[in-house]
Amino acid sequence: MVKSKTSKVLSYILVILVAVIVILPFLWMIVSAFKSQRELFAYPPTFFPTEWKVENFIEAASRGSISFVQMFFNSMKIAVPATVFNILFSTMAGYAFARLQFRWRESVFMLFIASMMVPGAVTLIPRFLMFRDLGFYDTYVPLVVPVMFGTAFSIFLARQFFMTLPKEMEEAAIVDGCSHFRVWWQIFMPLAKPIIATLAVFQFQSAYNDFMGPVIYLASDSKFTVQMGLNSFRNSFSARYDLIMAGSILALIPVVILFVCCQKYIIRGIAMGAVKG
Amino acid sequence: MKQSSRTGMTLKQREAATGWIFVALPLVSLIVFMYYPIVRSFMISGYEWNLLTEPKFIGLQNYKTLFQDEVFLTSLWNTFRWVIIYVPMSVITSFLLALLLDQKLKGAGFFRTLYYLPVVAPIVVVALLFVWIYNTDYGILNFILTKVFHIDPIGWLTDSRYSLFAIAVMSVWKWAGYNMLIFLAALQGIDESIYEAAELDGITPMTKLFKIKVPLVMPSIYFVMLTSVIDAFQMFTEIFIMTKGGPGYSTYTVSYYLWSNAFEYSKMGYACAMSAVMFVIILAVTLVQNKVMDRKVQYDS
Repeated sequence: MVKSKTSKVLSYILVILVAVIVILPFLWMIVSAFKSQRELFAYPPTFFPTEWKVENFIEAASRGSISFVQMFFNSMKIAVPATVFNILFSTMAGYAFARLQFRWRESVFMLFIASMMVPGAVTLIPRFLMFRDLGFYDTYVPLVVPVMFGTAFSIFLARQFFMTLPKEMEEAAIVDGCSHFRVWWQIFMPLAKPIIATLAVFQFQSAYNDFMGPVIYLASDSKFTVQMGLNSFRNSFSARYDLIMAGSILALIPVVILFVCCQKYIIRGIAMGAVKG
Repeated sequence: MKQSSRTGMTLKQREAATGWIFVALPLVSLIVFMYYPIVRSFMISGYEWNLLTEPKFIGLQNYKTLFQDEVFLTSLWNTFRWVIIYVPMSVITSFLLALLLDQKLKGAGFFRTLYYLPVVAPIVVVALLFVWIYNTDYGILNFILTKVFHIDPIGWLTDSRYSLFAIAVMSVWKWAGYNMLIFLAALQGIDESIYEAAELDGITPMTKLFKIKVPLVMPSIYFVMLTSVIDAFQMFTEIFIMTKGGPGYSTYTVSYYLWSNAFEYSKMGYACAMSAVMFVIILAVTLVQNKVMDRKVQYDS
C-alpha cells in the first residue's frame, strides 16, 4: 500500500510537469504579445510585461494587407462549405458501405481506405494543373471541391459508426417501403449526431489550419486566409514578434473555442480512427 | 442483410442501385482527385515542362537527373534522418504519456484535454511561436540554457547541426497529444481480466508493462510509426516557415524540394518524377509494415 501511494504521488508530479511543458510555450506567446518592442528584446528578459500593450492586438488585426476579420471570413468561405458538404456525402457513402449490399462494395471501400496512405504531395501537381487549366487558379474552388464530395477518413468513420447501430433500426421502415434515402436522412442522421460532430470538428480544423493549399492556389491579397495572412506578417513586419504573437493568438482563438466545446467528439474520433482492422 | 432475400429480387436490386448512387459522387471525386492525379504524375514525369513552352518528352531522363541531384539526395537523406530522430522520440513520449494517464488519477480527463491543446493549434502558429522561442539572440530557450548550464547560445534554426533536431522537438511537442490518445484508446481497450489473471500470478509492474501492455498495444504502435513515416514525406509548412530548407540544405525535405521545383522554378516534369519516387517509397514502407504487422500481431482478437 505504501509503495502504491508513493507511485501515485510521483505520477501526479509527472502529470503536472508535463502540463507545465505543454503550457509554457503558449504562455510565452501570450506575454510576448503584450510586450512593448523594447521589452521584447530586453536583457535579461522579463516574464510578465511591465506595461500590457493591448494596442498590439489592434495593430496586428488591422495592419496587414487585409484586416484579420476579412482573413477570417475568407477562411470561413473555404471551411464551411468543405465541412457541410463533406459530412453529407461522407455519411451517405458510409451508410451505403455499412448497410447496403451491392457488387464490388468491399473493393470500392478498399479504394477509399488505400487512398489514405497516399501523401498529398503525390497528387499536388496534377491537381494544380487541372484546376489551373479549368481557370480556377486564385479562387477557393480547388480548396473546397476535392473535399466536399466526401473523403476517405470521414467515410471510414461514418461507416464504423453506422455499423454499431442495430439492424432493427431500419428493418421495419424498409419493409414498410421506406426508401434508403429516407432511412439515411430520417433514421440514421439523427442518431449520428455524435459522429457528425466529430467529422465537423476534424474537417473544419483541417480546412482552417491548411497552409500549403492556400499558398499554392491563392495569389491575391484580398483572398488570403488566416494562416496565409499570419505568414505574410513575418515578411511585412520582420522582427515585430509582439505583433506576430498577437496575430497568432487571434488565429488560435477560433480553434481553441471549437476544441473546448467539442473535445469529447475529437477524442472519440481519434479512438475510432486508430483502432481499426 | 438477409431480409432482402426474403422479400425477393426487386428489393435487392433497388438496394444495390441505391448503394451505387450513394457512393457515386464520392467515388468520382476519389478517382478525379486521387487516382487520376497519381497516374498523371507518373506521365508528366516523362516530360520536360516549364508551363510556358510545350512539354517535351524525355523518357526517364528526369529520374536519371534526380538520382544525381545532390539536393534531392540530401532531401531524401534528411527525411530518413527525420524518421530516425523524430519517430522514436515521438512514440516513446506519447506512449509514456498514455501510460501516465491510463492510471486512475483524479483529473486525468482535464490533463488529457490539456495535452491535446498543441495538436489543435494551427501549424503556422506553432512554427512562428518556435521561431521566436528558438531565436539565437533573444529566444527564451537560449536565455534559460545559458543561465542554467552556462553554455554559449545555440543557433537552433541557424546552425545546420541542430536545425532538424530543433524542428523534431517542436513536432514532438505539437503531436504527442494526438498519438497519446491513440495509445490511450488501445490501453483502455485491454480486458481487465488479463490484468487480474496476471496479478494472481504475482506479476511485477515491469513484466506487466513489457509482457502485457506493450504487446497488446503493438498494432497502435505500428499504426503511429507508419503515419509518422508518411508524415515525414509531407513535411512542408514547418520548413517553409521556419528555415526555408536551410541553413545550407540541412532541413530540405522531399516535399519542400518538390514544392520549390514545381512552384518556384516551374519544373513540372522534374517535380512529378520526385512525387513518383516518393509514392513508390511510401508504398514500399506501407507494404513492409503491413507484413511485419501481420506476423507480429496475432494475439489481437
